Amino acid sequence: MSILIDKSTKLITQGFTGKTATFHSLGALAYGTKLVGGVAPGKGGTMHPDPGVNLPVWDTVAEAKAATGATASVVYVPPPGAADAIMEAIDAEIPLIVCITEGIPVQDMIKVKRALSGSKSRLIGPNCPGIVTAGECKIGIMPANIFKPGSVGIVSRSGTLTYEAVFQTTNEGLGQTTAVGIGGDPVKGTEFIDMLEMFLADEKTKSIVMIGEIGGSAEEDAAQFIADEAKRGRSKPMVGFIAGRTAPPGRRMGHAGAIISGGKGDAESKIAAMEAAGITVSPSPARLGKTLVDVLKG
Amino acid sequence: MNIHEYQAKEVLKGFGVPVSRGVAAMTAEEARAGAEKLAAEGARLFVVKAQIHAGGRGKGKFKELVADAKGGVRLAKTPDEVYANAKEMLGNTLVTIQTGPAGKVVNRLYVEDGSDIEKEFYLSMLVDRETGRTAFVVSTEGGMDIEKVAHDTPEKIVTFSVDPATGIQPHHGRAIAKALGLKGDLAKQAESLSAKLYKAFVETDMSLLEINPLILTPDGRLHVLDAKVGFDSNALYRHPEIVALRDLTEEDEKEIEASKYDLSYITLDGDIGCMVNGAGLAMATMDIIKLYGREPANFLDVGGGASEEKVTAAFKIITADPNVKGILINIFGGIMKCDIIANGVVAAVKAVGLKVPLVVRLEGTNVEQGKKIIAESGLDVVPADDLDDAAQKIVAAVKKAA
Repeated sequence: MSILIDKSTKLITQGFTGKTATFHSLGALAYGTKLVGGVAPGKGGTMHPDPGVNLPVWDTVAEAKAATGATASVVYVPPPGAADAIMEAIDAEIPLIVCITEGIPVQDMIKVKRALSGSKSRLIGPNCPGIVTAGECKIGIMPANIFKPGSVGIVSRSGTLTYEAVFQTTNEGLGQTTAVGIGGDPVKGTEFIDMLEMFLADEKTKSIVMIGEIGGSAEEDAAQFIADEAKRGRSKPMVGFIAGRTAPPGRRMGHAGAIISGGKGDAESKIAAMEAAGITVSPSPARLGKTLVDVLKG
Repeated sequence: MNIHEYQAKEVLKGFGVPVSRGVAAMTAEEARAGAEKLAAEGARLFVVKAQIHAGGRGKGKFKELVADAKGGVRLAKTPDEVYANAKEMLGNTLVTIQTGPAGKVVNRLYVEDGSDIEKEFYLSMLVDRETGRTAFVVSTEGGMDIEKVAHDTPEKIVTFSVDPATGIQPHHGRAIAKALGLKGDLAKQAESLSAKLYKAFVETDMSLLEINPLILTPDGRLHVLDAKVGFDSNALYRHPEIVALRDLTEEDEKEIEASKYDLSYITLDGDIGCMVNGAGLAMATMDIIKLYGREPANFLDVGGGASEEKVTAAFKIITADPNVKGILINIFGGIMKCDIIANGVVAAVKAVGLKVPLVVRLEGTNVEQGKKIIAESGLDVVPADDLDDAAQKIVAAVKKAA
């Protein structure tokens, strides 16, 4: 077991023939992901030009889905067309959409978020590194070599910090079930709580690492969810980290989402909420794995 | 991206939002000429407002002037008084609660037709993360520090969001009128105003619109007296007219240079320069430097698809900062390939030289090629195995050099 994706997941790629998509399609195939083709408007009917990919290209997501029975789509389309690409996938009722694209205008994401509600799709991202179920399926841009099948579920708002958590849990010999980067944008498809719910329900996931950052209140909401579930008798050992303890208020730290504004969203309040929910928060981003080992030892 | 008050009002005016007549001025002469023009159109009282990208201007103090001198928003009765005030304000440094102690030099003024005020309200718009929608925040407590109002009397703040599928509707306007206690014709005005503001916000991709105060004039008109507007930088590609409003004198030179290369850079107070890929890891790298007892000199996210040229530019920006006593490069490659970073670093060191310790930690995609390039470059670079090792090594190196 794992969450969201596994070896049966059939993936298509939107923005298939672009440079980034090609590079990461090769990576996905090398990892064993069932990549079955992709979409590049205007290039339908051809084969992907890279001999290593060599998979069919369709003009529309609906066609690609009809032909392949795809259950997931990954979006590498550049920002001006990314929201449209996601909405096309929603329209085609693709169950899982993963958007890697960074820099989508927030007003476009507001439309996407509305299109998602009541739809048959779940969106992960945008501005995220994707999802990997260790040893089974890789969607997105995470480096494959750091994963090892195991027992830790990882969810993170930050791309490269996800890698850090994966790398460290691998080095500690724990390995991962699934690692999910939910993305750093203020308006996104999936928040922490949905992922935590899935990890709590997944039998193979024995512990959870959750990585947040400054801005918004998603970490506080997630901590409240974990505290409520624990009261109902449902809990797993958890380690957390919040990036941006040293960030000055009012300055946007790269991500559109990472900003402390109006006295809200600072690291200390998030850490306090997580600790109150029984999550062990590591003060150092380099000690996520070691802290988890300590927690598991009790 | 932020713009000045006078530019914000110009943008809003384009959507039919009621704002005062005014003239922007870069010199005291222009300010007087502006006031004369406004006087010819019937103005009898003028407001001279410092244009800086920070709030709290009215209560702000000029560094160079005597302590009891007037602040960044002044009233004047004649064009000559406007001139005298402009002379005092232009070129001097205004310190407000939002500028920090360094303050901001006033290079532009806005001379406005003075308004009589019956009542002051607060209205702002923003993107609410929780609902994933555009939201309105309104309060009867206009002209005040809204964060203080939110803290002390949260019941005086009304917030709601607009469903993007319907867009703004008359009932949203009625909700605003109700929240502000407006009836009859004023409720109609609130309805019309909210529709215009929503249109302006969505169509120009604003990230923040704050009107404080929104006023009611004695002759029964709702009117925007002050406006602060910020735009979604992700959407600037579709608004060249907004990009043209950017005032580079308001921004840090190094940050401007970084933005040319699409690097996300922020100057900080410490002495360890950082180059990292990914905003989260960049913040975490700052945090771990602090954990080991030093302070970061900057936040720098080279982003996902950095080229060799971009890495070189980033390196040059970091080394140009005289406060930097050591550099930590921390790359965990996903999209970013370690060999590209390594080539960029080697090229940059060869081009600009290296006068401070440099620790490089590479991990992820193409890591072996990256490490090999660094090792074979013959440069004095300290390799690190992981983030902990990297942070300890750079902190130790900077301490040793000091």
